[in-house]
Amino acid sequence: MLSIKNLKVSINEKEILKGLSLEVNAGEIHAIMGPNGTGKSTLASIIAGRDIFNVDSGEVIYKGKNLLEMAPEVRACDGIFLGFQYPVEIPGVSITNFLRTAMNEQRKYRGLEPITAKEFFAKMEEKKKLVEIHSKLTNRSVNEGFSGGEKKKNEIFQMAMLEPELAILDETDSGLDIDALKIVAKGVNSLRTENNAFIVITHYQRLLDYIVPDFVHVLYEGKIVKTGGKELAFELEEKGYEWLKN
Amino acid sequence: MNAKKNSIIDEVTQGEYKYGFVTDIETEVAPKGLNEDIIRFISTKKEEPEFMLDFRLKAFARWQKMKMPDWAHLNIPAIDFQDIIYYAAPKKKKELESLDEVDPELLKTFEKLGISLEEQKRLSGVAVDAIIDSVSVKTTFSDTLAELGIIFCSFSEALRNHPDLVKKYVGSVVPYSDNYFAALNSAVFSDGSFCYIPKGVKCPIELSTYFRINAANTGQFERTLIIADEGSYVSYMEGCTAPMRDENQLHAAVVEIIALKDAEVKYSTVQNWYPGSKEGKGGIYNFVTKRGICKGANSKISWTQVETGSAVTWKYPSCILAGDNSVSEFYSVAVTNNHQQADTGTKMIHIGKNTKSTIISKGISAGFSNNTYRGLVRIAKSAINSRNYSQCDSLLLGDKCGAHTFPYINALNRSSIVEHEATTSKISEDQLFYCNQRGIDPENAIGLIVNGYAKEVLNKLPMEFAVEAQKLLSISLEGSVG
Ligand SMILES: Nc1ncnc2c1ncn2[C@@H]1O[C@H](COP(=O)(O)OP(=O)(O)OP(=O)(O)O)[C@@H](O)[C@H]1O
Ligand SMILES: [Mg+2]
Repeated sequence: MLSIKNLKVSINEKEILKGLSLEVNAGEIHAIMGPNGTGKSTLASIIAGRDIFNVDSGEVIYKGKNLLEMAPEVRACDGIFLGFQYPVEIPGVSITNFLRTAMNEQRKYRGLEPITAKEFFAKMEEKKKLVEIHSKLTNRSVNEGFSGGEKKKNEIFQMAMLEPELAILDETDSGLDIDALKIVAKGVNSLRTENNAFIVITHYQRLLDYIVPDFVHVLYEGKIVKTGGKELAFELEEKGYEWLKN
Repeated sequence: MNAKKNSIIDEVTQGEYKYGFVTDIETEVAPKGLNEDIIRFISTKKEEPEFMLDFRLKAFARWQKMKMPDWAHLNIPAIDFQDIIYYAAPKKKKELESLDEVDPELLKTFEKLGISLEEQKRLSGVAVDAIIDSVSVKTTFSDTLAELGIIFCSFSEALRNHPDLVKKYVGSVVPYSDNYFAALNSAVFSDGSFCYIPKGVKCPIELSTYFRINAANTGQFERTLIIADEGSYVSYMEGCTAPMRDENQLHAAVVEIIALKDAEVKYSTVQNWYPGSKEGKGGIYNFVTKRGICKGANSKISWTQVETGSAVTWKYPSCILAGDNSVSEFYSVAVTNNHQQADTGTKMIHIGKNTKSTIISKGISAGFSNNTYRGLVRIAKSAINSRNYSQCDSLLLGDKCGAHTFPYINALNRSSIVEHEATTSKISEDQLFYCNQRGIDPENAIGLIVNGYAKEVLNKLPMEFAVEAQKLLSISLEGSVG
């Protein structure tokens, strides 16, 4: 589904990703861990299409297409979703209106008619139950005045509504209490099928108790320096990252 | 920041004016220029009573002694007032009985704008007093209104049928000496709308007028007079779109509102005059004097405006809160793009006790445009226990446009409270990217964010208008990313 080869990315002449490779297949869950500032969010941004970075070399192929040539909204329409580490506020725009606009744009891209109001609201109800989010929240403007945890929950809600093929969750677990964490995991697990994939960026092994990854990667100084199974997360929790130097 | 972003900015800010077309209706035109004879010509043409001609001539005499104001944050080339045609009317045909008799050309024009009279009449229950080139062409729903004693007609008709009402109130809120453009309008106004709601009557429908400038090089001088008698209520809407033009067109309207004891008037406008080309050529000059007076106790006047058009806008819908406990509100969204200039705001003059005013102003600037808010809150000594709350927000798209805020406060007693808040923000890259990441392209993302920003004001518009206004906001910013 996603194939990244020897990717080098910089910003203002500063190299952030230094030859990163990653293969993600449909049906898989990949966890990415690593110290602060090593480029995890940068990787997520590059996949989603943020244009403030320079791609110096390497390639990113998504469903057989050169992802780097696609506009961010086209990537989204083609099934890529990013749960942001820091979701932004959009004052005055209700979550309902925002999601309906997004969903209809995505449907248009796929040659579908706009969703009817009835279908849309039925879907809202279904997904609200799934991620246990209240109407009190979904009736408000996108992220405006939301607590840190509420913002993260809203990201998962949007993911549930948009049903992406490739979802990248950038530290969605940070700032969540244990109950919210379980709900996020439930969201991911119930959306999981053979046809979609998840990249979960996290600092905490704890999340991986609930979302069981097929692979755990360590991103260190712009490269993936180690890949393993679920047990690698425990090892990191115990030993930290120092031992992975060189 | 980078080439791609700039090209998006340009694309959005340079969207073409969507309502650019010209209708061809026979017009009867006065010779160019302005002098006493022209004024007499207009007055005769309209078969006006003596007092009206008197008023016009006094205004003209006054105007000649005045100078065009240059204090606003505007850059306006000199206007040659002798090079303007002050009267143009569609040739008078017999009084029309039904819409079938209306010039098909005209109906087509309304259809292009999406406001076919037929539809308006049948579907939305809106009485429409359609004005093309300064003369009323058709008034609908007048029967329904007449049963309630509501008068809603063209200004000329009011002069013929209700001269006493006109005489009593015209110029009582905006005297002809008020300012340069009010004086000009008072001298040469061609037509406009008149509305009277009798005591205790709540007008059951939104009264609505559509204006269009049509003949080439014709100044447009509308005059609107709204009187809400004791305990009455009316919601009044006015909107416009204009055809593409190369020469600048002057528009200097006057609107007067009088709310007597316990009366309420809601006045809403969506203004979309031709803004000029992307390069800043042509476009309407819009100099409007709008003022209301809460004359009686417990009366209320609210202004809601969405300003997207005109090359130059100079407009301060204001209110004199004379009656005790009277209330006034001003809700405004002003969008400027390309080379548009807007200097708008409001004046709230508190005179009565316990009077209360609210000002919510949202400016949106894009392209090379300039958007200025200018507000005056004056609390007279007599206005004890009065309150004002003002909030002025500016949103910038791109870095070549400007936003300016000039709040003037003049409070002459200690028991009153005046609060003012102001913010300036930009649509951030992060907000845009967030929308893009959900599948929304930059153009729609801007429409969404801007409509969200202006929501507080848009919510105040009557339903029919709110939808139109939302579309207009998106259309007028087509192409602007910041
Ligand atoms: N817009 C930017 N301008 C300058 N430097 C940037 C920018 N974005 C990221 N960087 C730098 O790139 C490096 C990688 O940042 P990134 O956000 O990808 O780290 P991360 O692995 O997600 O860290 P964390 O675990 O703290 O979220 C950091 O040194 C950061 O300061
Ligand atoms: Mg990060």
